[in-house]
Amino acid sequence: MNLSKRYDKLVAIDSLNLEIKEGEVFGLLGPNGAGKTTVIHMLATLLKPSSGSSFVNGFDVRKQSGDVRRSIGIVFQEPSSDDILTGYENLRLHAMMYGVPGDLAKKRMDELLDIVDLTDRKDDLVKKYSGGMRRRLELARGLLHRPKILFLDEPTLGLDPQSREHIWRYITKMVKEENITVILTTHYMEEADMLCDRVGIIDRGKIVVLDSPSKLKKVVGGDLVRLRISKPNLKKVRKLDFVKNVNFDDSMVTLKVMDANIHLQEILNVIGLVESIEMRSPTLNDVFLHYTGRQIREEAPEGGFYERVATHRAGR
Amino acid sequence: MSELTGLLAIWYREFKVFTREKSRVVSSVLNPLLFLIIFGAGLGSSVNIEGISYQRFIYPGIISMALLFTSIYYGVYIVWDKMIDFLKEVLVAPLSRTTIFLGKVLGGVTDAMIQGTLLIGIGFFLNINFNLWGLPLAFLIMTITAAGFVGVGLLVGSLMERPEGFQLIGSFLLFPLFLLSGALFPIDDLPAWLAPFTYADPLTYCVDGLRIVLLDAGQFSLVFDLTVLTLFAIGTTILGTLSFRRMKL
Repeated sequence: MNLSKRYDKLVAIDSLNLEIKEGEVFGLLGPNGAGKTTVIHMLATLLKPSSGSSFVNGFDVRKQSGDVRRSIGIVFQEPSSDDILTGYENLRLHAMMYGVPGDLAKKRMDELLDIVDLTDRKDDLVKKYSGGMRRRLELARGLLHRPKILFLDEPTLGLDPQSREHIWRYITKMVKEENITVILTTHYMEEADMLCDRVGIIDRGKIVVLDSPSKLKKVVGGDLVRLRISKPNLKKVRKLDFVKNVNFDDSMVTLKVMDANIHLQEILNVIGLVESIEMRSPTLNDVFLHYTGRQIREEAPEGGFYERVATHRAGR
Repeated sequence: MSELTGLLAIWYREFKVFTREKSRVVSSVLNPLLFLIIFGAGLGSSVNIEGISYQRFIYPGIISMALLFTSIYYGVYIVWDKMIDFLKEVLVAPLSRTTIFLGKVLGGVTDAMIQGTLLIGIGFFLNINFNLWGLPLAFLIMTITAAGFVGVGLLVGSLMERPEGFQLIGSFLLFPLFLLSGALFPIDDLPAWLAPFTYADPLTYCVDGLRIVLLDAGQFSLVFDLTVLTLFAIGTTILGTLSFRRMKL
């Protein structure tokens, strides 16, 4: 695909070029406002690109929107199920809209409700669901019509850490069982790291870098090793070719080491008597920092999931 | 075929929502009823129009009022679908916007007709004494009218971004349409400069048509009323569909 989206003078997406392989889990990682949702909406034919074109499952998003829609599933960033219908009714409605024949739909709904552990809550109104349950329902809904590609727009935004881990588990399970391609957006580093085969880092409407999480982390230049030691032999450490950076400050040595897990013993052999040691792999956050010079702020989610739920409940 | 299932899907959802929100049903029947009983009986004791008791005279007008309010509010309610982001789920489905629009109209007409039917039943017990033979035609008039006004509501709702404009719809759309329609008095009694507005009000023809079939009163012909209402419904369907096609998230 090659997409651009302009709003008057603002270029939201600037000639984005991407190819996503069948069967992979692809992550678009970037801070709020980077343009992730815009990309997803363009791919799902909800927004028209200002220029460029894109093929989803071989269908042109500009000319064959019906075919594109039939072949994709999407879980929006905001909860988009009807909260005065039950979980089961929401699924049934979806099956009807996508023309899944009745008996097949029923079988599929039972199967998916089982995967997301909602079978015993299926006849409750969605407004009685927790945020995490609602995500799970929408995840199941997105897969109901057997799409080839599933879009997940910030699948765990606003969820507590425990529900987040649950959702990750369900996503992993579904990818395995349904054999689909997943394109997800996130601004959580650990999420991209956990789920994605490849990650594209997007900033201000542009892809900054694109690779597998492990390769991206390598680019940053090795693991961080911190050692507490009173008299380090820094000279010898500096001579080691896998040590990229040495920093000594008040009996703390911080080293940047390539493949520290392999070379740890060699470092310990030369540095002297160590009191304690701490080792950390670079995170995608370090990668983002490396490429953009800025941190991704993980706090302040867009819109505030729970606030939104609260507002429309009051409204109804 | 799948478009037809899609249409049924939208209808199914609207119907489920309607049956869950009983307060909406009750309040929309209660208002017309208050008009009919208190206003009708209060004024009715001293007023007689063309030999018909006032309560009987306004009965078709009150049914029309219920249709108008329910249909338009129903349509504008699509703004809530936008608010709760449910509309995204519908718009990303492989259905044409025309199908979605027609499904919505079907849902709204169903809502309005359930209320209309309740009012017909209540009228029977209030001894309004309407023509039973006129009921099939009355239902036809009501259906076409509801379809037209649901279209208006959906048109307005599809253009609205947020539900804050709800109040304005009451003052600028519903009450003028209601009061100008001759629901509460013969339109001949209005000053001449208001006449064009009453003739431009589609509800006028619903009130008149219902008066013809239910009470053997009314001032136009039934064919004329039905023609105007049908054209109105077709017109709002076309405009509404066009607006739906252009609707963005």
